[in-house]
Amino acid sequence: MKIIVAIKQVPERDAQIIVAPDGKGVDDRDLAYTINEPDAYALEEALQLKEKNGGEVIALCAGPDRVASTLREALAKGADRAIHVNAGDLAQRDTLALAQLLADAIRPESPDLILTGLQSDDLGLGQTGVVLAELLGMPHATLIMHVEATSSGLRVKRELEDGWFQHLDMPLPALLTIQSGGNKLRYATLMGIKKAKSKPTATITASPATVPPTIELTRVYLPEKQKRTQMLTGTPAEIAVQLVEKLQSEVRVL
Amino acid sequence: MSGVLVVMEHQDRSGSPSPSRISLEALAAGQHLAKELGIDCSAAVLGEGIGSLAEQLSGKALTKVFAVEHTLLTQYTADGYVHALQQLIRKTTPGYVLFPHTYQVRDFAPALATRFQQVLISDVIAIHASSGGAPILVRQLFQGKLNADYRPITTQQAPCFLSIQAGSFRSDSLQNSATPAPIEPFAVDLAPAQIRTTPSAPFRESANTVDLAAAPIIVSVGRGIREQENIALVKTLADALGAELAASRPICDAGWLPMERQVGSSGQTVSPKLYLAVGISGAIQHLVGMKGSKTIIAINKDENAPIFEVADYGVAGDLFEIVPALTKAILAAKG
Repeated sequence: MKIIVAIKQVPERDAQIIVAPDGKGVDDRDLAYTINEPDAYALEEALQLKEKNGGEVIALCAGPDRVASTLREALAKGADRAIHVNAGDLAQRDTLALAQLLADAIRPESPDLILTGLQSDDLGLGQTGVVLAELLGMPHATLIMHVEATSSGLRVKRELEDGWFQHLDMPLPALLTIQSGGNKLRYATLMGIKKAKSKPTATITASPATVPPTIELTRVYLPEKQKRTQMLTGTPAEIAVQLVEKLQSEVRVL
Repeated sequence: MSGVLVVMEHQDRSGSPSPSRISLEALAAGQHLAKELGIDCSAAVLGEGIGSLAEQLSGKALTKVFAVEHTLLTQYTADGYVHALQQLIRKTTPGYVLFPHTYQVRDFAPALATRFQQVLISDVIAIHASSGGAPILVRQLFQGKLNADYRPITTQQAPCFLSIQAGSFRSDSLQNSATPAPIEPFAVDLAPAQIRTTPSAPFRESANTVDLAAAPIIVSVGRGIREQENIALVKTLADALGAELAASRPICDAGWLPMERQVGSSGQTVSPKLYLAVGISGAIQHLVGMKGSKTIIAINKDENAPIFEVADYGVAGDLFEIVPALTKAILAAKG
């Protein structure tokens, strides 16, 4: 099975996110980047499918030069090769335009299966995978916890809300967005890191955006608090005393 | 292109379908947007044998209720919903199409928007609209650390698609009408070959033995706990308070606590008397499951964590120092 995993590079989870001076984005000067965690689960699922069924895993990422480090990490974990769609203007492209870039890179590969995370930790739009499937004319399924190859294609376990699940059967080629928790993430081994250096990465230069975006981000700002939070300060013992006092007199659970 | 169309979702696990609460919230958002822009608001229900569902909506202040019926829409599939709604939208040409931001909507609405060369503006938490201009749609970035205003660039050829976050609008603010809204059946052209996936019936992994929704006090733990062995620290605090222990998704993903103890959009929704969040940053998916709690106390090392936006009392500090001190003080207070 030939599997492409579409991954995104995002700021690290604990990064201090600061609004850019123009108020239309975030200040990226001091940000450290990593693989979008849901995409790490998609990569893990792809590697396990390859271990079970054989085939090839290709990591695909669009972004500026810095995303090369995330692709290297995917190679170190076990992807066979990488495709870097080099584009420095992703902020000017909407989901549809980004999915077009990815679709253009995927078509010549004719993969059996495309995996990606259910959403990104930065923008959280949660739709690149589904849009990509639509552009490629493939069936898709989202929030997938488990994938099994069958004689006619795939049988997947999809997460519904409130602890419900559902199985779906679908033909190949197909696209799945992967939910976290179905697998345990692996770490890159020293051997893997060494091997990654000799694995091929193809770089495709993105053509300039031609279609104007359908949505415009006009302002980024700190959210207003929904409640007036009373922050308690002091030594741990002093804070504990204040909390117990609240639990007794106001919350009335003690 | 004019008017607002709200695509409803329903629950049918008890045998008689009724609109889900979150889609009633989306309907309230639709009425709000329509009123501000001075345009019509209609609703659509999809399925088979949904006459009673349409009737339940006809008492709301709506221009029309579209009953989109087809035997191939009995069970949800992305292909079925995309084809059906594409036809309804082409025929009725709404300017705005609203959805509740659910797992089901996330599964098909991006593909539907793509058919119209549009992008779904997903997980919207507020709508600022006035007649004469494009509305401002507010959504969250970086798991709730920032808000962002989006403006749709309307083309007149295609509607603007948006999905509404749970809890952002109140279903009790829905406007009713004395004269029932007309129910308009909408016939869909749909063939079995157009549906490429074959869904099985939904199932539950195992009966939940932990009913977090009934617990008056919940102590919940998140990523900040760092190691599985540290969970004991929070368990001791929960025991001291007589609380149920719960967790955010990453803790359950890692297998440190069972999935049935998860609070959030993919776990349980709770509104206890006290929700004490330990080492939880407050990603959107977690907040929608607990922000209805009567009192929220949060302990987290990052003073800018989104959890502090919903907390009544906050402690920005090291949980490994504060939790043992709090457990000790609670035990002392109880004598």
